Amino acid sequence: MRALELEELARNHGERRVLSGVSLTLEAGETLVVFGPNGAGKTTLLRVLATLLRPHGGSVRVLGCGLPQEGWAVRGRVGMLAHEPMLYRELSARENLLYHARLHGLARARVVELLERVGMSDRADEPLRTLSRGMVQRVAIARAVLHDPELLLLDEPYAHLDPAARELVDPLLCAGAPTRAGGRRTRVISSHDPTGGLQEADLVLGLRAGRVAVLRERAAVRSSELVELYR
Amino acid sequence: MKRTVGALLRKEMLVELRTLESVPGMSLFSLTTFVVFHFALNRNSIDGDLAAGILWVTLLFAAMLGINRLFVADSEEGALDGFLLAPVDRSALLAAKVLALLSYLVVLELVAVPAFALLLLGPSLDPGLGGLVAVLALGDIGVAVVGTLISALTVRTRARDLLGPLLTLPLLVPVVIAGARASSPLLALHASGTPSGRWLLTLALYDLLFGLIAYALFDFLVED
Amino acid sequence: MDWKGLATPRVLAVATAVVMAAALTLVFFYAPLEAEQGFLQKIFYVHVPLAIVSLCGFIAGGILAIAHLRTGDSRWDVRSYVAIHMSLIFGLATLITGSIWAKGSWGHWWVWNEPTLVSFLIVFLLYATYQPLRFAIEDPERQARYASVFAITAGAFVPMNFIAVRLSSAYVHPRVLGATGNLPGPMELTFVISLAAIALLYATLYSLELHTKHARAQLRALRRRVDERTDVPERASARSAAPSLPLPPRTVGTITSMSGRPRAGREA
Repeated sequence: MRALELEELARNHGERRVLSGVSLTLEAGETLVVFGPNGAGKTTLLRVLATLLRPHGGSVRVLGCGLPQEGWAVRGRVGMLAHEPMLYRELSARENLLYHARLHGLARARVVELLERVGMSDRADEPLRTLSRGMVQRVAIARAVLHDPELLLLDEPYAHLDPAARELVDPLLCAGAPTRAGGRRTRVISSHDPTGGLQEADLVLGLRAGRVAVLRERAAVRSSELVELYR
Repeated sequence: MKRTVGALLRKEMLVELRTLESVPGMSLFSLTTFVVFHFALNRNSIDGDLAAGILWVTLLFAAMLGINRLFVADSEEGALDGFLLAPVDRSALLAAKVLALLSYLVVLELVAVPAFALLLLGPSLDPGLGGLVAVLALGDIGVAVVGTLISALTVRTRARDLLGPLLTLPLLVPVVIAGARASSPLLALHASGTPSGRWLLTLALYDLLFGLIAYALFDFLVED
Repeated sequence: MDWKGLATPRVLAVATAVVMAAALTLVFFYAPLEAEQGFLQKIFYVHVPLAIVSLCGFIAGGILAIAHLRTGDSRWDVRSYVAIHMSLIFGLATLITGSIWAKGSWGHWWVWNEPTLVSFLIVFLLYATYQPLRFAIEDPERQARYASVFAITAGAFVPMNFIAVRLSSAYVHPRVLGATGNLPGPMELTFVISLAAIALLYATLYSLELHTKHARAQLRALRRRVDERTDVPERASARSAAPSLPLPPRTVGTITSMSGRPRAGREA
C-alpha cells in the first residue's frame, strides 16, 4: 500500500493559492523531506496530510484513505509534530500525555514508558509553563508518537533541542522504528537544513510559493540545488 | 464517546483548577454586582419581579465571564489540534464543553443564590426554593448550550471579549424572559412552591431547539 | 434560477415601481380612515409589511446559509450575506416606522407592550452583530463558514424569540398597533398590495446588490489577469466584512523550473 498519493493537490487561503499542483507518491516505510523558504507551503502540506486542513483541489490519499471523506479512518494512524506543541501549558507532562492516551485509548503504562524514553520522568509532574522550550518539545515528541502512528509528520522536529536531547529522541523519530501495524514507519519531514535533512530522505520535495520546484529521489539531488530554493 | 467526553471533561476540570480563571471570577462578580445593585436601587430588600430580574441579570452577566474564557486554553499552543488528530467523535468536544460550562454555572449559583438571599432578598427563600432550583437548572442548560456555541464562534476572532456578550445576550433573551417570569412568584412575599408550567416548558423547548442546533453546527466551527 | 437573483434588476425595478404606485394609491385614496387613530394609522401599511419582509429575509438568510454549509459553495454565502444585510436595513426602517406610529398613537417614541415591536428590537440587535462578526474573522473561508453558523442560529432564534416575547406580554394591555387579522375588505386589499410592493422592493434591491457584486468580481478577475501578464506581485486584499464572489485562484507568476525527471514509477 502506498503511504501517500497526491495528485494536483491545491489549497487556497482566500484568493491566494497556498499549494498548487502538488503531485507525488510515497511508498510505505519511506521518508519524504520537504524543503522550501518560509511561506512556501510546507506547513500547509503537512496539515493537509494530517487531516487538519481539507484539500481545495486535486486528490489526496493518505494510508489508502481519500481525504477529506475518509479522514476519520486516518486519524489515529497519523502522528504530527507541529510548530506548536499541541499541549496545555497549565498541565504537567504526565497529565497532558494521559489526556492524549485516553483520547487514543492507550494504557497508562505507555505514558510512563514514553516519559522515560524522552528523559522527562523526573519532571513529569510540573506544569509545562515552568519547563524550558526544549523540554516541552520533548513532551510534544512523546505526544506525537504515543499512539505508534504508521505515518509521522514532522515540522522541523529538531528545533529547540540541544544535541543531547536530540540523541535521546532520535530513536523515537527514526525511520527504522517498527509500527503496530507491522512494517516500517513512513515519515514526512519539513526541514530547513539542506545537508542534514537531505540525508534522512528517500524522496526530496522542494516547494517554492506553493508549487513543486524539486521532486526527485535523494540520490539525484545535490544540496547546493536545495540552497537555490531559498534565493 | 463516553470515554472521550470523560477524558475531555477531566482535562477541562484540571485546567480550571490550575488556573482558577472562570469560577472564582464569576462568583466574585455576582457578589459585587449585588452590592452595586443595593446602592443603585437604594433598597434594603426586594421581592417579586424586581428580585427575579436582578437575580437573572446578575447570573447572566457573570456567565458571560465564563463563556468568554471557555475555549481560550484550547486556542493557545495548538492544543485543539491535538484533539482534532484523535480518532474520536468531534461532538464529544461540544458535550464536554457544555457540561463544563454547566458545572461552572452550578457553582456560581451555589455562591450567588445564598448571597442574594442574604444581601438583597426580602422574603425567605424557603417555600420557593425547590421551584427556583428547577427553573435555574433549565435556564442553565440553555445558557450553557448557547454560550458554548457562541464561545466557539468568537474564540479566534479579534475583539473576542466584546463580540461574545454582544452575540450571546440577545440569543438568551428568551431564557431571561422565561426564567425571570417563572422565578418572580417564587421570590414574592407570599411565595408559592411551584413554578408555572408554561415557563418551564418554554425553557425546555429553548434548550431542546438550541441543543439540536449546536449539535448540528458545532463541527463546522472546529474543522478547517 | 439565475444565481444572481430572481430576475434581472430592470424587470424587478419596473414591477416594483408599478406595484408601489398601486399600493400608494390604495393607501391614500382607497383604504378607509380608521376610527380611533385616524390618518396616522396608515403607517401600518408600511410598517407591518416592512416587518414581515424583514423577518422573512432573516430566515431566508439562515436557509441560504444551510445551503452554504452543505455544499461549501461560497456563492450561497454571498446570497446569505446580502439577504441578511438587506433585512437589517428593512428592519431598521421597521423600527423607525413603528416608533413613529407609537408616538402618534400613544405619545411615546417606544412602547414595551407591543410584543411584535419588542421582539423585533431583539432580533435587530442580534443581527446587527453579523457584520462585526464577519469583520473580526480574517480568513475568508472561515469567515464565511462562521457567518453561516451564526445565520442559521439566528434564523432559528427568530421564531423562538417571538413566541417567548408574545407569551410574556399575554396579560398586558390590548395591542396598541392592532391585530393584522380580521381586517375589513378594503383594508385587507390595501395591506396585501402594500406587502407585495415591499416584497418586490426587497427583491429588487437584493438582485441589484448581487449583480453589483458579480460585476465587481469580474472586474477583479480582469485586473488580476492584467497583473499576471505584467508580473505584478499580488496585493494583499483588504480586510472586509462582505464576502466576495470566488474567482479562480491566482496562479503564481513564472518560476525558473528546477525539476528533473519525475520520481520513477509515478504515473503521469
